[in-house]
Amino acid sequence: MLLIPCPYCGDRPEIEFRGGGEAHIARPRDPQAVDDQAWAEFLFYRTNPKGLMAERWNHAHGCQRWFNALRDTVSDRILESYRMGEKPSGGGSS
Amino acid sequence: MLEIAKEAARAAALDPDAATPAIAPMPPATRFALRMRPETATEIGSVAGFQLDLPINRASLGPRLAARLGPNEWLLIAEDGETEAIEAEIASALGERFHALVDISHRNVGLSVRGAQAADMLNAGCPLDLSTDALPAGSATRTLLGKAEIVLIHEDDAPTYRVECWRSFAPYVHGFLQEAARDFDGG
Repeated sequence: MLLIPCPYCGDRPEIEFRGGGEAHIARPRDPQAVDDQAWAEFLFYRTNPKGLMAERWNHAHGCQRWFNALRDTVSDRILESYRMGEKPSGGGSS
Repeated sequence: MLEIAKEAARAAALDPDAATPAIAPMPPATRFALRMRPETATEIGSVAGFQLDLPINRASLGPRLAARLGPNEWLLIAEDGETEAIEAEIASALGERFHALVDISHRNVGLSVRGAQAADMLNAGCPLDLSTDALPAGSATRTLLGKAEIVLIHEDDAPTYRVECWRSFAPYVHGFLQEAARDFDGG
């Protein structure tokens, strides 16, 4: 079973987690001020890289905290995880 | 306090006669979910006999058991019938500090799992590493057992585990463990 490192609980089995998609996507501060294209990009456009990707994860059946993880989409290896509001220490594509 | 406060003692979720040496439903208890800022816990240390300044996923055992399930979440367990006294004690100790205290006595059911095969029985449905290196006595964490969410508290090295699950999950969790126990001496 894949182990996911929770920044609060340590390595935990993947079934305790819920994925939350790409991380570090900021909501436009004033949604009324952006045009349809910018709003559509915020809602629907994701990078889907082959390689390193920063993702949000929720330790749903554990501490129930959200955190970010840096995952290699080719090998499915998680290189590091870090708390919300923090930056990855390794070379991330955040 | 709502009338439901005494409901846990009145209607047992599981038949106490269904106990086996290895798996036994525990008597009704007073339980609280306490949420507050981590800094507040560090500041006050303990409240109403519950030690709160614990590392995440650790518990302070005893008649008043406190388990830290996350950075800002604690599960408090005490003897049945103390609900109102504890609630008043915590409310006065915390005063104006930002917190949420919810009575969940009736929501949860406790199961005691013990014996040499206890970890194997739990591992039938729980993928956590239950070796004493990874989960020493005094650990407590929320996790999964089969399809049900449980809180697993490792009480001592007998070993004894306390499994807390939601009331509606109790027959499933109990049945699951009994099924697992068939593979071992506990059945």
